[in-house]
Amino acid sequence: MKYVFQFGLILVITFFAELIYKYLPLPIPASIYGLIIMLALLMTGIIKLEWVKESAKYLILIMPLMFIPAGAKLITVQDMIIPVLLPVLFTIVVTTVAVMVVSGRVTQFIIKRDSQNDK
Amino acid sequence: MISNILNNSAYWGIAISVMGYGIGVLLNKKFKTGIANPLLISIAFVILVLIIFNIDYEDYRESSEILSWLLTPATVCLAVPLYEQLHLLKKNYKAVLGGIISGVFTSLVTVFLFCIIFGFDKGMEISLLPKSITTAIGMSLADELGGVDTLAAAAIIVTGIVGNVMCRGVCKVFKITEPVAVGIAIGTSSHAVGTSKAFEIGEVEGAMSSLSIAVAGIITVAAIQIFA
Repeated sequence: MKYVFQFGLILVITFFAELIYKYLPLPIPASIYGLIIMLALLMTGIIKLEWVKESAKYLILIMPLMFIPAGAKLITVQDMIIPVLLPVLFTIVVTTVAVMVVSGRVTQFIIKRDSQNDK
Repeated sequence: MISNILNNSAYWGIAISVMGYGIGVLLNKKFKTGIANPLLISIAFVILVLIIFNIDYEDYRESSEILSWLLTPATVCLAVPLYEQLHLLKKNYKAVLGGIISGVFTSLVTVFLFCIIFGFDKGMEISLLPKSITTAIGMSLADELGGVDTLAAAAIIVTGIVGNVMCRGVCKVFKITEPVAVGIAIGTSSHAVGTSKAFEIGEVEGAMSSLSIAVAGIITVAAIQIFA
C-alpha cells in the first residue's frame, strides 16, 4: 500500500508538471518542472521525504532500463552517424576532458582561496 | 516466423531490454572496466536481436513503451537524492556552484566550437550540446530543442564512459586533488556513469559527484537556450 501511495504521489506531481509544460511556451522538458516542484515541496516540508523516498529510489535505480529503447533507436539513424562518427567521438572525448579540468580546477581554486581567507 | 510470434506478444520488447541489461551488469562485474558499461551492452544486445531476427525498430519501441513512459516520473524523482545532498551544497556553495557553472559553460562552448569546426548540422549540434548531463534531462532537452533524442542519448552514454575511464588520469595530470573538486569535476563532466567511479575513489568524491548531476542538469537547461 505504501508503494501505491508513493508512486501515486510521484505521478500526481508528474501530471502537474505536464500541465505546466503544456501551458508555458518554454522549450523546457516537463520532467524539469516536475523535478523543481518535487524539490520545492520537499524543501518547504509540504511533502515529507518518507512519502516518496523508496519509490523514488527504485525508479532511479531502474532508470538505465528506460534509456534502452532510445539507445536502440540508433539503428534508425545509422546513415546520419556513420559519416561523422570519428569527428563526433573526437568532440566527445576532448570536450569531456575540458569540462572535467575546468570544473575541477575552478572548484579547487575557490576552496583554496576561501580557506586562505579564513586564516 | 519469429517476428510473427513477437508481434503477438506485448512484452518481448521489455524482456529483451531487461535481458540485455542483465548481460551488461554481469559483463561489467566480470571485466570491472567502465568500457563494459551495462547500458551500452544492453543497447548493443537489443540492436543485435533486432538485426538478427529482422525486426522493425517501431515494433520493438511499441512493445517497450512502458520503459519510456516511466522516464518522466523517474526524472522527477531525481529531486529526492538532490534534496538529500543539499546540505553538501550549502556547505561549499561558492566553490560547488562556481565549479559546476564554469563546467556547464565549458561544455556548451567547446561543443559549439567543435560543431562549427567539423561543420555538423544543427540537429547534430543540439543533440551533442547536453552530452555532459544526465541522460534523463539531456535526452528530453535535445528532443525539446529540435535535436535527435537517440543521438543525444548515445552521446551522453559515451561521454559517461569517457569520464568514467579517464577521470583518475585527468585529475592526476591536471593536479585536481581536493576531494570536493574531484567529485564536482567527475559529476559535471560525466553524470551518473562517471559518478560510479567517483564513489570508488572516495565517499566525498562520490557524494559531490552525484550532487553535480542534478545541479549541472538544471543549469544546463537554462544555459543551453543561448546556444540552441
